[in-house]
This record gives sequence, structure tokens and C-alpha cells, in this order.
Amino acid sequence: MVVGERKPFEEIMKMLEGHKKVMVLGCGGCVTVCLTGGQDAVRVLSSQIRMARDKDGNPIEIIEKTVERQCDPEYVDQVQEIVPDVDAVLSMACGAGVQFMAERYTKTPLYPALNTTFVGGSVKEGYYVERCQTCGECKLAYTGGICPIARCSKSLLNGPCGGSTKGKCEIDPNVDCGWQLILDRLRDLDQMDRYEQILEIADWRTSRDGGPRKMIREDFQR
Amino acid sequence: MSRFKDALDSGKFVVTAEVGPPKGCNLEPLKHHIGLLKDRVDGINVTDNQSSVLRYPSLGGAILIKEMGGEPILQMTCRDRNRLSLQADLFFAYSRGVTNVLCLTGDAVVVGDHKEAKGVFDLDSVQLLDAIATLSEGHDLAGNPLDGVPHFCKGAIVTPEAKPLEPQLLKFEKKIEAGAEFIQTQAVYDMNNFRTFMDYARRFEVKILAGIVLLTSAGMAKFMNKNVPGIFVPQNLIDELAGAPKGKALETGINIAAKMIRTIRDEKLADGVHIMAIGKEEVVPRILDLAGITR
Repeated sequence: MVVGERKPFEEIMKMLEGHKKVMVLGCGGCVTVCLTGGQDAVRVLSSQIRMARDKDGNPIEIIEKTVERQCDPEYVDQVQEIVPDVDAVLSMACGAGVQFMAERYTKTPLYPALNTTFVGGSVKEGYYVERCQTCGECKLAYTGGICPIARCSKSLLNGPCGGSTKGKCEIDPNVDCGWQLILDRLRDLDQMDRYEQILEIADWRTSRDGGPRKMIREDFQR
Repeated sequence: MSRFKDALDSGKFVVTAEVGPPKGCNLEPLKHHIGLLKDRVDGINVTDNQSSVLRYPSLGGAILIKEMGGEPILQMTCRDRNRLSLQADLFFAYSRGVTNVLCLTGDAVVVGDHKEAKGVFDLDSVQLLDAIATLSEGHDLAGNPLDGVPHFCKGAIVTPEAKPLEPQLLKFEKKIEAGAEFIQTQAVYDMNNFRTFMDYARRFEVKILAGIVLLTSAGMAKFMNKNVPGIFVPQNLIDELAGAPKGKALETGINIAAKMIRTIRDEKLADGVHIMAIGKEEVVPRILDLAGITR
């Protein structure tokens, strides 16, 4: 899933300066799962904003709403009656959701309440970790199912750097060395031959460097 | 042509030393260090934004060494440049007579003094070695022919005291497969451990220069043991430094370095040594004198 973290409250309040009536819009997708952008988060954030603005003697009217997904025109359409009636929308979706809203509603300012942080998963409730950098050229078959792009701090392709020590990364002793994990796994799988071959330099066009990416299912385009 | 490569091929005991460029544009101290070293060693390494701390560029330092009549070894990390920039800098280096390159991954950006910067790592150290080999075949990484082909003597590093060691050894083998002609090791202090490493490394056709990092105090030794991955200073050396009379720890460190160099040379443990005095370049000639290395 896409993991997002709520922005600092002061930053959110600054975005809303000058607005008297806003919609705080949650997303029922990934950010609900990671507890930062769903219905509950909308309720909590809206209350905080109301209280802060009341305290300042500058009350704000907030409409609370959550849609199934903000990255889908079908669900984004569901708030078309509300948007013209507010000064601004504070979206609690990931960056994709915020932009789908901004593209659909061009007359209304759209603000992000979250920082979209990474693609990952939850190892336990409330504890999320990065696993994929969406490089567009999956290498997991060569690396024991552990991603060198996402798990190595330098995204190295041919083994650990000299900063790897006792299985940890030089950036932080609490961060596992991705390559140590890969090597341990390959050894367990009896696939060390996959490490011994030199991985060629990456083609970063499939990552972000070839410009914004698209994925088109031609069979659905009729 | 590379004088350093000739020295490696000659079979003699090869000595290299490291200099660090300034934070800024004042080259006088660097020139002074180069002047002290250039006629005493077979090659002078110039560090490349070492520890991710911004400095005058290694390429500038390497050209300066060349201009002063020394033999530069250009340290090149993958942290700050993508493949266009790396290849362009290699052309520049070669066109100015800098013909030796040490290929490094580079420290993580966040350990340095510009923590907010974007780390590049378009290539890794193995791929950089491979890229230099590609250039010497007359084309760039995109397959385009070159007008003027660089032929570098290329090297890499290994950490013989890494814990665990095996991942580093496997990478060492990849570096040799990718064309490394010489290896300068991370600091070694425990000669028994180093012997074990060399028993393994001797199986490969590559010249190995043992890394000698000058110890300046017991505190520095303890700090490195705790904080620098892949460095192990044995307790007896720490005790020796701690037992030095007040103000004489550096002197003790110089003696330790000289003694290690003698051991490595006399026992033919490695093909040479690479001396890293880290800010104390002034004393390198004395280390060489005490080690009996004269030119």
C-alpha cells in the first residue's frame, strides 16, 4: 500500500488561513489501512482544526467526508455537490488522490493533509515499513525476494558497501543492511550464483527518470 | 601511460599515500603535502568529498599533483554524479594526464555535512569499474564511439576486517571480475587477520596495497573501533598508544605505522601499502624513513 503520514498541524493550519468553509476529505484506500487518512482521521483532524480556529476567535466551518478512493474519477465525482460550496478542500489521500481531486475540481484549491511517504506494508498495527520504490524493473527474482533498490540505502545492485557492519547500515545502526538480508536469503535458498553475477547498470527510465509513467491496458480502451 | 601502473607491474614494494583537499579554494596546504610526498611515493590518492563532507574536488587535486610532477590516483565515488558526469570527468582526467582511478561507492549522504542532498548512486563501484573498461574499448555507456579513448589503471577497495567478511569478499571478487587492477584496503592493524585475508586474496590476479591509517591517540583508536565500519585496532596497540608519555602518542602512532609497513614488506604480505594519515600528512615522510623506504 501507499503509506502516508499526517503533516505537522501548524503546516495544515497555515494552508487553511483565510478560508472560512472547507471540506476535509478522507480516502478509504491505503491511507485508511495505515490509519492516517480514513474516516477516523478525518474526524480527529477536523475537530483539531475547529478547536484551534475557535480558540483564535476565527471559527471555520468544516464538512467531513470520506470516499472509497480519491485516485478514481468515479469516487471523486461523488463530492461534486459539495466542492462548489466550500472555499477549499483538505485532502487526506496520498499525493495521487490529492491530484485526482485537483484535476477534477479546477476552481477550488486542493491542499494535502498528508506527506506521502512510501510504498510498503505494516509489520504490525501502526508500524509501517518501506518495501518498494516503484523502479519499474523488478529485480526481486535475482535478490531472494528482497529489494536492493528499496532496502539498500544507496540502492546498490552488486552487494553491500563498506559501510555495512554486523548486518546494519552505515546510516543508522537500527537499519538493516539490505544486502546482508539479500545474501542471507540467497544462501538459505541455495541461490548464491544469482549474487555472483554482476548486475548491469540500471535503466532508470522505467523509474522516474523517463518522465511521468503510464500503464495502459489496451483491451480496456475501446 | 601510468607511472603507478609501471610500479605495480615492476614487482617492487609499492607505496601510495593519501591527501585530502581543502574545504574551499586555498590550495596552499594541499600543495605543501603534495610537495612532501610526490618524490617519496608511487602514487598519491586524492579523496572525493570524503565522508560525504564537501571539499575541493578530487579531480582538481589530482590535476594539481600532475602539474607538480607527482603521480595522482583519482578517487571517484558514485555518490555525487550520474553516468554522464562520471564519464565526462573521466575524459577530463585523462586529458590532463590523470590516468589512475580508484572506484568507490561513496559514503551515504546523510553521514556528511550536506545531509539534505540527493545521493546519486546511478552506478555502484563494480559498475564504475566496468564503465571504465567500456570506455577503454572505445565507446561510452550508451554505445557511442569515442573521439580519443582513455586507458586508465583502475582500482577498488576492500575491507579485510569487515564483520561479517564474506559479503565483502564476494564483492571484492566482483570488482576483480569487473577489471580492478589494484586494491587499496581499508585500514589493517591486526597482522594475523591480514595474513588470513591475503591467503585468500592471493588467489586472484590483482595487486593489493595494505591500508595503513596513522593512529594519533588511544582515543582515536577506540573511536574508530566503535564508529568506523570495518576497522579493528587490537587492544595491544591501544595500550601502546595509551602508555605513551604525554604528548608522544602521535610519535607512538608513527612508530606503529612504520613497524606495520616493515612487517608487510619484509614478510611480503602484500604488494605494497597505502598510507592514510588523515590530516597528518606532514609526518608521512617520517613514517617512510622509519620504515626504511627511501627513494
